[in-house]
Amino acid sequence: MPELTDILNAIVLLLNFVFVPALSYGSQLALGALAVTLVYAILRFANFAQGDTMAFATVITILITWLLQRSGITFGFMPTALLALPFAIIACLAYILLMDKFVYDYYRQQNSKPITVVMASVGVMFVTGGLVRFILGPEHRVFADGARFIITAGEFKSMTGLAEGLAFKTSQFLTITIAILLVGFVFYFLQKTKTGKAMRAYADNQDLALLSGIDTDKIVRVTWILAAVLTTIAGVLYGLDKGFMANSYHQMLLPIFAAVIVGGIGSPMGAIVGGFVISFSELILTYAYKKFLIYLLPEVLQPDSLVQFLGTEYKFAVSFVILVIVLLLRPTGIFKGKVI
Amino acid sequence: MAYLSGKNIVAAYDQSVPILNNCSIEAEKGELAVIVGPNGAGKSTAMKVLLGMLKPSSGSVTLEGRDISGLSVQKRISLGLAFVPQTDNVFPTMTVQENLEMGAFLRTDDISQTLAEVYDLFPILHDRRNQLVGQLSGGQRQQAAFGRAMMTKPTIMLLDEPTAGVAPKVMDEIFGNILNLKKSGRAVLMVEQNARQALEIADKGFVLVSGCNEHTGTGKELLANPEVRRSFLGG
Repeated sequence: MPELTDILNAIVLLLNFVFVPALSYGSQLALGALAVTLVYAILRFANFAQGDTMAFATVITILITWLLQRSGITFGFMPTALLALPFAIIACLAYILLMDKFVYDYYRQQNSKPITVVMASVGVMFVTGGLVRFILGPEHRVFADGARFIITAGEFKSMTGLAEGLAFKTSQFLTITIAILLVGFVFYFLQKTKTGKAMRAYADNQDLALLSGIDTDKIVRVTWILAAVLTTIAGVLYGLDKGFMANSYHQMLLPIFAAVIVGGIGSPMGAIVGGFVISFSELILTYAYKKFLIYLLPEVLQPDSLVQFLGTEYKFAVSFVILVIVLLLRPTGIFKGKVI
Repeated sequence: MAYLSGKNIVAAYDQSVPILNNCSIEAEKGELAVIVGPNGAGKSTAMKVLLGMLKPSSGSVTLEGRDISGLSVQKRISLGLAFVPQTDNVFPTMTVQENLEMGAFLRTDDISQTLAEVYDLFPILHDRRNQLVGQLSGGQRQQAAFGRAMMTKPTIMLLDEPTAGVAPKVMDEIFGNILNLKKSGRAVLMVEQNARQALEIADKGFVLVSGCNEHTGTGKELLANPEVRRSFLGG
């Protein structure tokens, strides 16, 4: 039998390398997925530009952060980027509304098929991706400042006397807190306010919503506002956590879409749950369990290999596989969304 | 002149062959008017023209003598028209209460009185007010649809085949509800497939054939008319 400290060490190891990172990555995916699912429910198309719009919003945040830092404004132990966030949300919203006016609005008036609008959003994706690289280039950039950790691994070790440390990064703390607040706000808005209810009614039965006097233009505008807030915050939190790189934002599209479909497309609750299903699956399947098993198993059984199901470079395969399984077995997703 | 009246309407979808050819429909307050006729006669199309969902190429629609032909659907609804579509006439993932609130979306005054009125007329809706409409039975769902349409305090309600696809027992219940709507002083105009039952309770009936008024009269007159009986009521 392993000793108690060994068990504790094993648990802390998993918490540190799987649970906390998955919780924070899952929150980022959930916010992005919530934006995609809202746009799908109201505007009836899967927005391929989501990842690159997140990148665009993050680029604006980085530029404003630099400006603030230059003028000597920082936010104490918090990242300065948080101060830049409100301006970035406005800029992101302006950009989205511009795209809506020049691209999506036309197809809405034409009553185009969803697939046509999806293709248009692929176009917006490429334009936005180009714009992002044009402004900030393709390099990896770190823009987080302030205190890096709330609790470092070392502090945790000296506090508990364990051999393994449980670090808690500021970015992880911020991600989880902000995600809870934001999701709470979005759900309150959809369930309790008149505009939120009108959005749900519009998503439920568009013709009847029009017959009830619900104004399409207003609903579309409010949807884009919510999407802009979610998109910007998801992008900035991801960037604070892992650094900004245009390509990694572009690739976020796959896990986000997987989260939306796993949860049930068009269902806000599904988007949240889907985000965590994807993030936990990714981390659980790509973590190397060698050290974990060494703590728990007697010496004769201890593994020589890494005991890793998949290399981290294959993490996108996890989203793909989950996507395929869900589409085969339960195409409506966990929360009975629409079937595309 | 009747309360709501469509006169000499000619209408077509996409400039093709007209569906309605010089068709006239009227509805009076406190009365039930029924449009019956074979499939493809233009019954639902006539209703769409009255509502403003389809623009007629000629003819006029008047409400209390005022010409409303040029007004949008929303505008007509704010003037007192209400419409219950044949299918998809509720918001299934919202509760009964939310459905009713959405019906009153355009109103800025206090809706509690109207809400109480609807619950009074359909007590089952009050019991189920926090349930999702998608979970209700067919008849209850139809009541929710009526309730939603009543929330604008309409003076005239247009119902498109309210008994389509429901069990005979539920059908009687729905016809009962419709009579209640009429008794509350509203005008009710409905398109109905079950011609015999509909004409039995109708104050006025319009029999449409290929977009024209073939017969017009009170429900009893039409039921007694041998020609109507032979062609539409199966003898």
